[in-house]
Amino acid sequence: MSGRHGIAKSRWLPAYVVVYLAFLYLPILLLPIFSFNNAAATTFPLAGFTLKWYASLWTNTVMLEAARNSLFVGICVATLSTGLGICAARALTRYRFRGREAANGLLMAPLFLPEIIVAVSLLMIILQIGMELSLATVILGQTVFCLPYAMSVLTSGFEGFDRSLEEASLDLGETAFGTFRRVTLPVVAPAIVSSLLVSFTISLDEFILAFFLSGTEPTLPVYIWGQLRFAAKLPSVLALGSIMIALSIILLTTAEIIRRRAERRIQGA
Amino acid sequence: MADMISIRSVSRYYGIYKALDDVSLDIGAGEFFSLLGPSGCGKTTLLRSIAGFDTPTSGDIRIDGQSVIGTPPNRRPTNMVFQNYAIFPHLNVEENVAYGLKRLKLDTAEERRRVGAALEQVRLGALGKRGANELSGGQRQRVALARALVMRPKVLLLDEPLSALDKKLREEMQVELRSLQKAVGITFILVTHDQYEALGLSDRIAVMFGGRIAQVATPKDIYQHPLTREVADFLGGMNFMKARVTGETAGELSVETHRFGNVRVSKPLGFAARDGHATLGIRPERLRVLWDDAEADHSLEGQVVDRHYFGEITHLIVDVPGMEKPLSVSETNNFGADDIPVGAPIRLAYDPDALVALRD
Repeated sequence: MSGRHGIAKSRWLPAYVVVYLAFLYLPILLLPIFSFNNAAATTFPLAGFTLKWYASLWTNTVMLEAARNSLFVGICVATLSTGLGICAARALTRYRFRGREAANGLLMAPLFLPEIIVAVSLLMIILQIGMELSLATVILGQTVFCLPYAMSVLTSGFEGFDRSLEEASLDLGETAFGTFRRVTLPVVAPAIVSSLLVSFTISLDEFILAFFLSGTEPTLPVYIWGQLRFAAKLPSVLALGSIMIALSIILLTTAEIIRRRAERRIQGA
Repeated sequence: MADMISIRSVSRYYGIYKALDDVSLDIGAGEFFSLLGPSGCGKTTLLRSIAGFDTPTSGDIRIDGQSVIGTPPNRRPTNMVFQNYAIFPHLNVEENVAYGLKRLKLDTAEERRRVGAALEQVRLGALGKRGANELSGGQRQRVALARALVMRPKVLLLDEPLSALDKKLREEMQVELRSLQKAVGITFILVTHDQYEALGLSDRIAVMFGGRIAQVATPKDIYQHPLTREVADFLGGMNFMKARVTGETAGELSVETHRFGNVRVSKPLGFAARDGHATLGIRPERLRVLWDDAEADHSLEGQVVDRHYFGEITHLIVDVPGMEKPLSVSETNNFGADDIPVGAPIRLAYDPDALVALRD
């Protein structure tokens, strides 16, 4: 058939895809491989299987402290950006008002701004107003950064929400609060959960804002950055990195599955 | 028939735009009533005012004798079938139907019995466990019907319920809707812009334009004796012509036409002649082709200028000398109307009783 000529027949295209994917994922695959390698140097050939680098993490109190910080920051950022995102997404999907497009653009803009510039500007302002650098400032900075991601997940969830569902509920005798509990919340819940997971994951991996704004309490990425100066610490950093990658993949996959399932459900309806 | 719905001087303004302009209407208990009109005529606003989703700027709405102004939708004895059905996507068919019953705190057996009965009524008995997104358009509509009827409302409101279905399914559902209404015996109020739907389903129809009710009558009456030119035009085709008024009594007009002779027609309510003239109308299907040398008491001659084939019928556009506009003629194809060539001379028979006088 004429439609199958051209691109589909090229033998170079599959090769290009393989090279591309290898470039993208091979380095990340090396991380877990070396984290199980029984040698301090990250070179081939491999020296044998070990779990000692993972075990060493559990006794590393500084690392555990950083992990606790990351967890705390992640939960706060996820809650804040999702909370703010819900309000914004509801307003943008439900109401028509002057400046709606502009508001949407401005809220989504941090997605495209150079993160380091945002970080430096935030640092300047925070120092200007005399705020002390702490986890709180990291939370503020990361919330600004995560909001567009939360919003894009939430608006796609809310856009499918049909207002007549709420009317149908009222019509069937339910109160406004009952309608929120029995219809609105269950229908948009997947988008909210998905937004929480996405924001948490981004916060967990985020380095630049955390580096600039964290003061004396490092988050995990900042801690890792500090450890890279010591060659001997590298294998345990690799172990930690592997855990973070696994966690991120699990969280993002879960978020995407929930989001897609909800989208299907709403669109089918 | 006792009035179930009584609407008194209801107006609804959005700024300076009048969505409803002094509407008064009575709808009887057990009646199948249709609100018919083009989009933006106020029919949906009126339906939503009865349901409680819209509040009139002024006027009163009574349901079964009780004023419902200020009563929220969840405490009105009405239930609605929404245009897009608004099936709860996170619930299955049974849960959708049981949604409103949950608040009544019935015992489990009674709730199940009522849900089952409602699903049987709309012939969905076997699909109770089906998810909301696994339903076809027709099934979704049945769920919406069952979900509303299970609440045993005094009035069922239907907002263009058939417009989302394809033609075949729409015709099936029309028949079913009518027999369902007969079976449950409650008042149905249907909003539609489809004149055939309104004519085929309703006991009575209110035709609306620009926030006002133009006419309320039975389907046959409204089709055969439209009061105004707008109503006549909206309910199918109509050939309009100007006629000179030569005499006027309380109920009748004597008029003189160019090609239809001198006729007596009944006078529409509120009629007033303009410069001694009236608008007359005749439906395209009331003009019949006179074949060969057949004779009729009343006939006119013309020439076919255009022809549109519609399967069982053909629309002939016939130019009659002395008439302002060519006549539109709708003839069945049983006798070969589809074979009449454009340009052919033609004779048309008509019954003077088919002429109606219309308010402009």
